[in-house]
Amino acid sequence: MIVLHTEALAKSFTLHLQGGVSIPVLRDVELTLRAGECVALAGPSGAGKSTLMRCLYGNYGADSGRILLRHEGAMIDIAAADARVMRAVRRDTLGYVSQFLRVIPRVPTLDIVAEPMRARGVAPDEARARAAALLTRLNMPPALHGLPPATFSGGEQQRVNLARGFAAGHPVLLLDEPTASLDAANAEVVIALIAEAKAAGCAIIGIFHDTAVRQRVADRLFQILPVYEPA
Amino acid sequence: MNALLEAQGLHLRFGAVRALDDVALSIWPGEVVAIVGESGSGKSSLLRVLAGMQRADAGQVLYRDAAGATHSILDASDAALRRLMRSDWGFVHQNARDALRMEVSAGGNVGERLMAAGNRHYGNIREVAAHWLERVEMDPARIDETPKNFSGGMQQRLQIARTLVTSPRLVFMDEPTGGLDVSVQAKLLDLIRGLVADLGLAVLLVTHDIAAARLLAHRIMVMRHGQVVEEGLTDRVLDDPRHPYTQLLVSSVLAA
Repeated sequence: MIVLHTEALAKSFTLHLQGGVSIPVLRDVELTLRAGECVALAGPSGAGKSTLMRCLYGNYGADSGRILLRHEGAMIDIAAADARVMRAVRRDTLGYVSQFLRVIPRVPTLDIVAEPMRARGVAPDEARARAAALLTRLNMPPALHGLPPATFSGGEQQRVNLARGFAAGHPVLLLDEPTASLDAANAEVVIALIAEAKAAGCAIIGIFHDTAVRQRVADRLFQILPVYEPA
Repeated sequence: MNALLEAQGLHLRFGAVRALDDVALSIWPGEVVAIVGESGSGKSSLLRVLAGMQRADAGQVLYRDAAGATHSILDASDAALRRLMRSDWGFVHQNARDALRMEVSAGGNVGERLMAAGNRHYGNIREVAAHWLERVEMDPARIDETPKNFSGGMQQRLQIARTLVTSPRLVFMDEPTGGLDVSVQAKLLDLIRGLVADLGLAVLLVTHDIAAARLLAHRIMVMRHGQVVEEGLTDRVLDDPRHPYTQLLVSSVLAA
C-alpha cells in the first residue's frame, strides 16, 4: 500500500536579503513509499536530503509539485494543505525525528516524550508509562526522566528525541540521522526500533550517514542529486 | 467543528495611516495564533478590532459561541460585547495595570471576574481565587495583598489568573510579556504555554517577540503596514520564511 508519493516536487530558496538570489535545491522529485518499508535518502552532502525531509514534514514549503500522503484513509496533498490540516497530519499520521531536540524550558523529559501520545488521546498515566519504558530501553535511566533535557549531552538529547518520535506510533516516520550522536549500543536499540516499526506496518524515510546502519534498516535507496542551474 | 472567530475584509485607517488593509483571519478551538510584526504594523489594532474594542471602517468579524449562535462583533452593542468579555472571552493586556484594580486585593481581583460571571458564593469564590493564584505560581498567602506591592511579573500572573478564572473559550493577549525582565519573561511564557495546553484554550497572541511566538503558537501571521504578508504553521514561517519582511524579521533574531 502506497502511503506517500511525491510528484514533480520542487523547492528553492529565494534570499531577499542577499539581493534576491535564488538557490534551487530540489527539482522533479518523484518518491514513492509503501507501508512497512524503509527508504534511505542517499546523495552527497548538500544535495537536499534534509530539505526533502523538511518539505515532506511541511517545515519547508514546496514551490511546486504534490506531496500525496495517506491520512485518515485517503491520499491528500499536504503540499497544498492549510496549517490546521497539517497539524492534524503531524498529530496522527506523520512523525519526524530531527537531528536536534528543540528544548522547551522547564518541561521534564518524560512529558516531552509523552506529549505526542497525549495529543492523540492516550491517557496521561499510560502515556507516561510508555514514555518511561521507551526511554529506559534507550538507556536513559529513570533518574533523568523527571529532568528537563536542556543540560543533557547531545547523545542523550537525541535519545529523548527518538523516544518522542517512536512513542506515538505514527504510520509514517521521517528520521534525520537518528544514530548520528549515539554509541554502538544505542544505535542497536534504534535499529531494533526501526525493525519493529516496519514490522508493524510503519513506513520510514531516513537519512543515515552510517552505511552499516543504513544497510541493516533500509529496503532501498533513493538517490538525490544536486540541482545545477542550466548554464 | 467550526471556527470560533472569523474575520474578513477588515479595513481601518487612522488619518493617512492604514492600520488594517484587507485583513482576514480565522481561529479554531484549541488553536494558538500569533500575530507578529514591528510597532505600527497594525497587529494591536487587529486584536482590538477582533475583540470589539475598536470599530473597523469595513469588514466583518463573526464569533460563534458555545451554543452555536453567531455574533457579528462589529455590529454588537456595547452591552453584548461586555457580556462576551465576561462569559466567553479574556483579554490579557501588556500592562497589567490596565486590567487590575490596584486598590483591591489579589483575591478580590480574581474573584471579581467570577462574580461578574454570576458566581455569588463568597467562600467558594475565595477558594477558587486561591487555587488560581497557585496555578499561576503565586503564593496563595498573598491573597489579601493589593497588587500595588507586587512586581511587574507578579502583576502579570495575577492578570492571567483573573482572565482565566472564568474559563474563557478565546483569549486575546497583547504583548503579555512586554516590558518585563528577560528571566521573568521566560517564566511567564512557560506558564502561559502550560496553561494554554492544559486548558485547550484558543489564543490570539500579539507579539513582536519571535521566540515567544515559536514557543506558544501553532500558527503565525506576519503583519506589515496593515497587511498580512505571510502566514502558516509556526515552524514553516520561521524556518522557511518567504516574504522579504519575514526573512528580515527572522534574521534579526539572535539565536540563544
